[in-house]
Amino acid sequence: MTLHQSITEDTKPAYNYAYLDEQTKRMIRRALLKAVAVPGYQVPFGSREMPLARGWGTGGIQVTAAIIGPDDTLKVIDQGADDTTNAVSIRRFFERTADARTTEATEEATIIQTRHRIPEAPLKAGQIMVYQVPQPEPLRKLEPHEAETRKMHAWAEYGLMQVKLYENIARFGEVTTTYDYPVMVNGRYVMAPSPIPKFDNPKMQMSPALQLFGAGREKRIYAVPPHTSVRSLDFEDHPFRIQSWNEPCALCAAADSYLDEVVIDDQGARMFVCSDSHHCETRRAEGHRGAMLADASALHLVEDEAKP
Amino acid sequence: MAHDDTRIGAGFADPVFQSQGAFRALLAALSEPGLARDLGHAVDAPPGLAQATAVALLTLADYETPIWLPAALRDGPAGAWLRFHCAAALVDDPARAAFAVIDGAAPEPQLASFNAGDDQFPDRSTTVLVQCAGLDGGETVTLAGPGIPGRRTIAPAGLRAGFWAEVAGNAALYPLGVDLLLIHGAEVLGLPRSTQILETR
Amino acid sequence: MYVAVKGGEAAILASHDLVAEARRGDESVPELAVAQIREQMGLACARVMNEGSLYDPDLAALALKQAQGDAIEAAFLMRAYRTTLPRFGSSEPLDTARMAIRRRVSATYKDLPGGQVLGPTYDYTHRLFDFSLTEPRPAPSPPAGEGWGERSRDAAGTSPARAANDSGLRNPSSAPSGHLLPQGEKDREPLDSQMPRVPDILGAEGLMEEEAPPEGDPRPFDLTREPVTFPAERDVRLQAMARGDEGFLLGLGYSVQRGFGGNHPFVGEIRVGEVAVEFVPEELGFAVDLGEITLTECQMVNQFAGSKDVPPQFTRGYGLSFGHSERKAMSMSLVDRALKAREFGEAADYPAQQDEFVLYHSDNVEAAGFVEHLKLPHYVDFQGELELIRRIRKEREQRLAEQQEALPEAAE
Repeated sequence: MTLHQSITEDTKPAYNYAYLDEQTKRMIRRALLKAVAVPGYQVPFGSREMPLARGWGTGGIQVTAAIIGPDDTLKVIDQGADDTTNAVSIRRFFERTADARTTEATEEATIIQTRHRIPEAPLKAGQIMVYQVPQPEPLRKLEPHEAETRKMHAWAEYGLMQVKLYENIARFGEVTTTYDYPVMVNGRYVMAPSPIPKFDNPKMQMSPALQLFGAGREKRIYAVPPHTSVRSLDFEDHPFRIQSWNEPCALCAAADSYLDEVVIDDQGARMFVCSDSHHCETRRAEGHRGAMLADASALHLVEDEAKP
Repeated sequence: MAHDDTRIGAGFADPVFQSQGAFRALLAALSEPGLARDLGHAVDAPPGLAQATAVALLTLADYETPIWLPAALRDGPAGAWLRFHCAAALVDDPARAAFAVIDGAAPEPQLASFNAGDDQFPDRSTTVLVQCAGLDGGETVTLAGPGIPGRRTIAPAGLRAGFWAEVAGNAALYPLGVDLLLIHGAEVLGLPRSTQILETR
Repeated sequence: MYVAVKGGEAAILASHDLVAEARRGDESVPELAVAQIREQMGLACARVMNEGSLYDPDLAALALKQAQGDAIEAAFLMRAYRTTLPRFGSSEPLDTARMAIRRRVSATYKDLPGGQVLGPTYDYTHRLFDFSLTEPRPAPSPPAGEGWGERSRDAAGTSPARAANDSGLRNPSSAPSGHLLPQGEKDREPLDSQMPRVPDILGAEGLMEEEAPPEGDPRPFDLTREPVTFPAERDVRLQAMARGDEGFLLGLGYSVQRGFGGNHPFVGEIRVGEVAVEFVPEELGFAVDLGEITLTECQMVNQFAGSKDVPPQFTRGYGLSFGHSERKAMSMSLVDRALKAREFGEAADYPAQQDEFVLYHSDNVEAAGFVEHLKLPHYVDFQGELELIRRIRKEREQRLAEQQEALPEAAE
């Protein structure tokens, strides 16, 4: 017995290429073009309901779905890693709905959808970064009302943000924002870079890649074209600075990458490893060996390419 | 080839992938102002619309986006073609248009007559497709701004006197202003409002 | 050695298998049919249709089955399906004055044209377990929930209830689609085909706020297609609330009653029944009947002191929901009135009066997504916080140590 006509085999609706219907893609594409024309300005768009939950990348997925084509190679990362569950889930979504060619290699990708990181390998001209954005409004924590923050952007009234950052400095001696650190784009709009660590902020400055941002739940799209000024907010007497670690990556010995802390026993022992899993693997394949690579390899936590 | 006024030429044969490819070229054009992009020959454009104009509108316009056309085009096959393929409304008032097609050599309408957006919603501005006689061979214009490492020069041909002063005036409205697509044949070159006109000679 | 949460496709697929297993439960217990959920969990289906923004009792029942009864997860399934459906256009406005009434109560008049019709309601049931429900009953069941119901409908003069057979499932193809009423209810004739709405009675006297359509009577805004801007107009607010979480709106409506918003509401009327849906196809140019849907409508009557330009009058709070869902419709109508504060020049000091607050936070599918996304890994961000707090603590310790060293010298 069929329970509902519209879901039987005969009438089963086929999904369009990349899930979204063409009218929706046109709407998103128009928003993207305006976003590119006004870097850092949040363009409202008719964000659709997606088969993934809000907050799980529906903005980034809609942007990727609106731009992806058969010539693209897609890389999806979450926390810098290709193998985290949500990255796997989103990659599967595009493999299923758009027959997308996927990769873990940063340099092979034409589209990189990301949550919370920018890859360590320098981005290239022609690549498109698609950021998943939970809260596109950099002023939201200071002013909860959209009607007000919209005026603040309209009139470039960013005094409140400066005051908040300076209060931080007065209290802690430095700005205590460690991720989603606000930036000024093209000298006009204060923009949320999405919750990437501030370590990644300098990578946005004058990047040769096109950077697109999608906030599905909040229904905003914004963009930073290639070769565009993206300056992290700071003060002359307290210049912006990024995180650093006392030790290099325990697996590949990289001293200049963003590290995750992995607690390895219940005594609180830990090791620090690259958050960019592909970067780390590439370095190990090139023969770089971190202090704990042999141990981790013995426990089958990673492949040790150097071993015979 | 002579066009039969009563015949509406073909649109995309493969709308999903042809519009995706054209969109990526348009995205690249506005992301890197001044670099010409090829939109291909996917449609049978009506007289009065350049190949790239027809492809761009078919890619971006629909019933949600009013289009402004010069009267001669609006009342001719171009208007019929757009109504049929995009289901777009053709409007008389340039300030109401989401997209507009103008002849770069004609004295009117001025860029300032289109919608420049408002300070809270600068995205609600017109995108103006300027059909011109060529994307090179004209006076040399030096550009700077987002999407341009340093400076970039372009030399589109056959634009009306004072056109670049209008473009500079439009850029001065930033973040308001219209966004331009200079079009010749199948090629398109983006000039978003964020692009500064440094020099013309 | 403990390993960070990194899982591949295999883990995801295995988790889907575990969900299927948990959904089925003990296989010695018969599996639920979707028709059973539709017929016997009708109020849950109504909630899923409301919050899923799609009138389809069969799909709502399927969603509840697939989501193991999780109403928000079920609404999410409905939404994600709805968004892919082609749109043919908008129906003609529904006329609830022509509703085939199943239930209609007013708190403002003792009696009124058409009368008070109690209909099916839990209002006067005593919330005592009916342990006889633990076993399926082959015999006809009494109409009221407690097992000793008084056959109130019969007393109201309608035809006697036909025996509803709980064990035999209704064949979906033979049933009128859309109705969310038990079998017995469906076979009864509706009451008066025309029953005036209470606010219309007050309106005839000029005591009720007039509500004219906006100029040109434009098609209502659709927040599922376009982004909302603020201040939001009433059509947007009502649409958002109709899709909004029942619990959230209930809490907000309650806050209005408790003084967080200054309304003094009366239930002008609640009505439940079937309304015809009509559609005018472009190519025909005349209305075609698409069938009937079950709706609950609530109109709250509120005081208003009047202003310089307007004499004192009553104002309206409006609620409309799919299926029989009175709590939702009532909550919506309370918040609708509260959100009119701006239009009436009243202070908007409380959450229920603030459109941004209500509209941004009432959507439980969005809210659930964002709250639950906290389950996703955030270790990159957390690492930044760890690095910061360790460094600030270290600097503080150093500073304190330096001060300790400096102190004895100062004393000398």
